[in-house]
Amino acid sequence: MKAIKHSGLIVFLIGLAVFTGTIFTGSFHLTSEELDTYLKEKNYTNELIKSELEKAIVTNENLTIFEFSSRVRNAFKTSNGHYDALISKYNAEKNWDKKGAQYQYKIYGKPHTLSFDLAKIAGTGFVKENAVLVWWLTFGLAIIGALLFILPNFKTLGKPGIKNNGIYLESSTNRGWIAWLVLVYLVSFYLVLYFMPDYAVNWTFIFDPISKFLNGGLASQWFVYGFLYCTIMLVMATRMYIKYRHNKYQLIRTTSVLFFQIVFAFLIPEIMTSLNMPGYDFKNAFPLDYDFFFDWNLDTLNSSGAIGLFILVWGIVLTLVIVPVMVYLFGKRWYCSWVCGCGGLAETLGDPYRQHSNKSLKAWKLERWLIHGVLVFSLVMTVVTLYCYFTGAQSFLGINSQWIKDSYSFLIGAWFAGVIGTGFYPIFGNRVWCRFGCPLAAYLGLVQRFKSRFRITTNGGQCISCGNCSTYCEQGIDVRAYAQKGENIVRSSCVGCGICSAVCPRGVLKLENGPEKGRINPTDILLGNDVDLMKFVNKQ
Amino acid sequence: MEHIVIIGNGISGVTAARHIRKNSDKEITVISAETDYFFSRTALMYVYMGHMKFEHTQPYEPWFWKKNRINLKKGFVSKVHSKLNEIEFSDGEKLSYDKLIIATGSKPNKFGWPGQDLKGVLGMYHKQDLENLEKYAANNSICKRAVIVGGGLIGIELAEMLHSRKIPVTFLVREQSFWNGVLPKEESAIINKEITDNGIDLRLGVNLQEIKSDENGNVKSVIIAETGEEIKCNVVGLTAGVSPNIDFLKDSDLEIGRGVKVNRFLETNTPNIYAIGDCAEQHESIEQRRPIEAVWYTGRMMGETVAQTICGNKIAYKPGHWFNSAKFFDIEYQTYGWVWAQPKENEARFYWEHESGKKCIHINYDKNTNQFIGINTFGIRMRHDFFNRVLNKKQTIEYVLEHLADANFNPEFYKLHETEIVAKFNKEHHTNIQLKKKSWARIFST
Repeated sequence: MKAIKHSGLIVFLIGLAVFTGTIFTGSFHLTSEELDTYLKEKNYTNELIKSELEKAIVTNENLTIFEFSSRVRNAFKTSNGHYDALISKYNAEKNWDKKGAQYQYKIYGKPHTLSFDLAKIAGTGFVKENAVLVWWLTFGLAIIGALLFILPNFKTLGKPGIKNNGIYLESSTNRGWIAWLVLVYLVSFYLVLYFMPDYAVNWTFIFDPISKFLNGGLASQWFVYGFLYCTIMLVMATRMYIKYRHNKYQLIRTTSVLFFQIVFAFLIPEIMTSLNMPGYDFKNAFPLDYDFFFDWNLDTLNSSGAIGLFILVWGIVLTLVIVPVMVYLFGKRWYCSWVCGCGGLAETLGDPYRQHSNKSLKAWKLERWLIHGVLVFSLVMTVVTLYCYFTGAQSFLGINSQWIKDSYSFLIGAWFAGVIGTGFYPIFGNRVWCRFGCPLAAYLGLVQRFKSRFRITTNGGQCISCGNCSTYCEQGIDVRAYAQKGENIVRSSCVGCGICSAVCPRGVLKLENGPEKGRINPTDILLGNDVDLMKFVNKQ
Repeated sequence: MEHIVIIGNGISGVTAARHIRKNSDKEITVISAETDYFFSRTALMYVYMGHMKFEHTQPYEPWFWKKNRINLKKGFVSKVHSKLNEIEFSDGEKLSYDKLIIATGSKPNKFGWPGQDLKGVLGMYHKQDLENLEKYAANNSICKRAVIVGGGLIGIELAEMLHSRKIPVTFLVREQSFWNGVLPKEESAIINKEITDNGIDLRLGVNLQEIKSDENGNVKSVIIAETGEEIKCNVVGLTAGVSPNIDFLKDSDLEIGRGVKVNRFLETNTPNIYAIGDCAEQHESIEQRRPIEAVWYTGRMMGETVAQTICGNKIAYKPGHWFNSAKFFDIEYQTYGWVWAQPKENEARFYWEHESGKKCIHINYDKNTNQFIGINTFGIRMRHDFFNRVLNKKQTIEYVLEHLADANFNPEFYKLHETEIVAKFNKEHHTNIQLKKKSWARIFST
């Protein structure tokens, strides 16, 4: 068994190494015709960018993606710099006509994204020409390896039951060097994905055939990410199925998050795209889906006929009606640990790291400031955006619409949700984003705390304060603090994963939906002691 | 301001301290020689098993004590000078008190076995035992085999612990079946099977003769009394029960039996000195309870009670209905009310076991009145509150069976066995009990 696990690990690492290595392969250059087509498609009428790009990348040299990217970015920089200089020159001369005429030549967009578009055309090499083979050498090997590593758990973990043996004795799950290495890898991955997509253009070549099959177009970095996301969840879900095979709540919940990720987040949007509809994830509720009310999205929906209108109405109803009603009935778990994609990754890939959430009172205080801060941020951004959208103004309340959208996308969308949210799994636990940052979770949490039937019931006086529940709470709730007082746990951050109940050795905790009356039950003397004493003290 | 000194920072002492603080402004000092902060003793096993780190077993963050003005003092109390209202530490330092609570808990029993103090012989009670375990049984190359002597809750926990690090274990149990002084034979048999299913070498009905030493004073082997068999091992776990940890009171004025003798108000024979938790011994048993109860819950309840008395609301220790729980490898056990190993004269039993052989319920009831007396459950979680109410209201076994759905506390979506259970009872007793649907109204009624 051990041998199978070890060889699985090696196969997985080979797959991962090949995947990472593909970044450095291939060569990139364009022919003049390709460049012309590109410029025409993009409507770039400016001669300077044409000549600059020609100089830079219409070549017989074998450029790596890094050289290619740097040349492209320089070309854009030179061209934009040139027109910027003209603009300030005409500005100084107060030659408004000429100044105004320069703007059409400026090229907007993130340099790495511009470079990605070109690299997508310019790339050649083994990966692009052997996409299917490379898929097997990367994803294929990694999947097979991971499964070989995971499946023997069925035997090695022992009989069905909670087997957290050794979690705090192993480097990978006890913040050792392996955990740090994983952190560095994940963070680097997200930095490339969000900020330097052109560097990962080779990954998109691997997926061009699959993308074409699904939606008719070539793969973007987001397609790669979506596919990777589903694959990781699927593989790590098998680990969950084995680890919690005695616990039906966990089995059903895992199946549910898998289903919503693969079908709702991945397949349906792809199919919609192939049908010339806007690709939409029907379960992704605002304000987690923070760009739902951005002008480009409203415009897209507006121009997509009936389906666009349906999405618009659905999105609003989802946030305003379905989400709170469901939270009232079942707690925020229905979303956070049964449906949500972020939650889905946290509950599969992140499960080995759940014990790292900080349980201190300080962390709880920080959590409340941060998460509600992000909620306010997202709402202010949306109000500004909508006001400007309907009035045509540039700013509202002194806040520039483009600026606040860009700031939010960068700080919250990319850094908080991605780089920190997932990248920090191995050290800070699997719910950093969900606990500290997600504005939707903040909203659901407010409903859960003040108007819901959901609670974790504490079973009378049975708690022995062992601390398993608190340790394994991914949301950093000090569950024990309530359980040892005989109090039910009613906390806005609880995502209802059910692990506290699973790891409890004394059968103390149960997630349930019941009448609101008696849901919050502060007690001083626990059940089991003198009835008169309980009455006396609890009356005080 | 009155100074309350509490010796012992376990669940009893700390509960007393917390409740005294809630009810008063008295100065409070909690003393321990074992650790700086309160920790959950029952969770020590999970530290060795790697489920948690030691700090996770501490229910309160360090700032808690300061905020609640509970002074923590590390030191070993060696004497109590009750006439001077003073305690003395092993280093000679003295501390005066107005009221003293002795909450020093237990220590593992040693029965004078030859070799019981060798290197590699350990109990499983104190934090220091955990450190010893890390030293002598860190893994299965350091410890090729461990022998556990004594078949109680700590023994089976130690077996599970060592098993988690793949150390072969031989488990010597004096009784003919595991814990059969407490559990009826059916439950006991299930645990026997669970132990052996986990690959533990379980030896029933045997006693330890001696522990043999190698030339360096380390454990080499044990000899079994009945057979003379020698079992090679590197670690011996002595888990043959615990007794009150009160050696330091030998020369004091306190009346001592096996524990510190206390009356119903948890007062000792000496004014202003109280004893609670594992180390307290009732002059007369309370109802069917034992005079010394070394259980987490009773320690906590005594702490809750004595705090009232000390804060001027003098109240007797009058625990409610008995309850307890444990986990034997993967089998969770809960009990409410009394289910003796042997039925008493007026008692009848109803037993149901799941086909897996890992779940069961065992109900004890009065054969004349059918009044419910107690229940053991394996592998099915039940609501404490439900059974507490059943016992308060002296309901019958029929009532319990009818309302099993209300009692169930398993996680959602778990397979329910209630129909099967009720059908079995109906068949055995020619009754026609109908299972009622779960009702929130009933569950929350008082």
